[in-house]
Amino acid sequence: MRSALSWIGVHAVAIAMAIGFIAPIVFVVLTALMSDQQALTKDLWPHELHWENFAEVFQKSPMLGYFGQSLFYSLTATAAMLLSSVPIAYGLAKLKWKGRTWTFYLVIVAMMLPPQVIAVPMYVMWAKIGLTGTLWPLILPNFFGDAFSIFLLRQFLVAIPQSYVDSARLDGASELGVLLRVIVPMAKPGIAAAALFMFLRTWNDYFGPLLYTGENRANWTLSLGLAAFRSTHQVQWNLTMAATVLVMIPVIVLFFFAQKSFIEGIKLSGVKG
Amino acid sequence: MSVQNLSTAASLPGTPPGGSAARAPRRGAGRAARRNRWTVLAFMSPWIVGFGVFIAYPLLATVFYSFTSYDLINDPVFVGLRNYVFMFTQDPLVWVAIRNTAFLVVAITVGRVVYGLLAALVLTKIKRGSGVFRTLFYLPALAPPVAAALAFVFLFNPGTGPVNQFLALFGVKGPLWFNDPALAKPTLTILALWASGEIMVVLLASLLDVPAEYHEAAALDGAGAMRRFWHITLPSISPVLLFAVINSIIVGLQYFTEAVVAGAVASGSSDAVGNIASLGYPDNSTLTFPMWLYEQGFHSFNMGYASTMAIVLFVVSAVFTIILVRQLRATGATEEE
Repeated sequence: MRSALSWIGVHAVAIAMAIGFIAPIVFVVLTALMSDQQALTKDLWPHELHWENFAEVFQKSPMLGYFGQSLFYSLTATAAMLLSSVPIAYGLAKLKWKGRTWTFYLVIVAMMLPPQVIAVPMYVMWAKIGLTGTLWPLILPNFFGDAFSIFLLRQFLVAIPQSYVDSARLDGASELGVLLRVIVPMAKPGIAAAALFMFLRTWNDYFGPLLYTGENRANWTLSLGLAAFRSTHQVQWNLTMAATVLVMIPVIVLFFFAQKSFIEGIKLSGVKG
Repeated sequence: MSVQNLSTAASLPGTPPGGSAARAPRRGAGRAARRNRWTVLAFMSPWIVGFGVFIAYPLLATVFYSFTSYDLINDPVFVGLRNYVFMFTQDPLVWVAIRNTAFLVVAITVGRVVYGLLAALVLTKIKRGSGVFRTLFYLPALAPPVAAALAFVFLFNPGTGPVNQFLALFGVKGPLWFNDPALAKPTLTILALWASGEIMVVLLASLLDVPAEYHEAAALDGAGAMRRFWHITLPSISPVLLFAVINSIIVGLQYFTEAVVAGAVASGSSDAVGNIASLGYPDNSTLTFPMWLYEQGFHSFNMGYASTMAIVLFVVSAVFTIILVRQLRATGATEEE
């Protein structure tokens, strides 16, 4: 009797929470499908489904261009991160050297640093090189390691038994050989998680693109384009919500294809003391 | 650590036991150590350069700029402590921004951790279909902050938004939410709760790691659910909890995007991309410290003063980073071998 009651209680709370998490998305999608008059009323359900709203978003705003910029930013930053951060994480997890622990602390310091703290000198530096107005100031540093990704990858590599590394070394493999032929194949889930998080972080980034490309509309990403969309289409909540849905879709699709990697990656980032 | 490294040099992989190393142990070990050093350098050099150029240099430069007056066009002029004095005694908005950020740090941290823990606890009690619930709980955490802020301004729209319509079902006249200076920050906090799925997943993983025997033994001793939670569950997950708390504090300290977008859209401003008139709408109630820093540095081009604010932000965030690193050292998370 008591366990039946607690079963009902737990499931009632879970369902209530699930509704709280999902209802906002449902209302956004429903509004995106309304006519512009209906979107201004108290109606919650569209009279008829205006799928053409999504097409109209592309006509009213250069969403395809923003999409291209976002994709360019996220893909190049992620590729650069992988190129640099996998070897760095290997150096922190599987090579033994003096100062390794302190270097790892510096990674944490960099990871925890609010981007606004160093925004002024970074902006000055990129302005002198002439790259403000582009997304390169956000992409290039990733060729030198991204702190959060290094942290995540290092946590994953540490969990790989040292014996695999040692026996490959005894077989005469170079460190690069050990990394490429032993570690990388075993660390695929960790690498996938790091890449996904990097893609997501850059895709969702607003502060970075605002800082460097705010004045140069030609290089705006989706985040900036979406923030500006509402202002140019003041009263059209339906189109604004349609644009919102369009920006969310790639992220949600990515999640459903790679849910396992996401969840594994988050668990890793939790730092088990 | 260093003791270990000395021994590492001698037993370095690739140096076969015996052989030349045995005959001339000192020389062999030295050569191996040198090889090791070059390997380490090869792997770590990108990060050494990256940390120097993109973290250490800008930090030092920020300290320098904080003592200057600088507008990006003319050379920086040394002004001593003037920026600091101005910040603490004259800037009418910096204290508003500090209070707003302090509110958001506390509300977001407490809210995210408590709600994340509650969601995780609920999920541990569900036997069938917990994976579906976990997916549903986590999904909003992926939403781009700009999209989430837009969605919430619509949902909490006082006149026709679904939230106030829901409240009307119970005869409650819904408030103005994003348009009310007293409620704008709490509404942003609700938005942060909606996107708290990451903390939930982290806490869920650590909850599932707590050995079931502990609970069974305590239950046999007659400990109730509440006591078991306080004396077994909480201590077991405390390192993960601490990381979640500090992570949330850092997120709160740099809170920017949602406040900028929600303020601009709720005000009906004509430009939501870094527009100054709508910054902090309504009545500066959502003006966070990083927003004021951004306005000063990149709209008014008071870059010296913005650097002074950046130093304050750095000092506060450094305190929490130090707590985290100390915790990592104490638990030995970094001494894995």
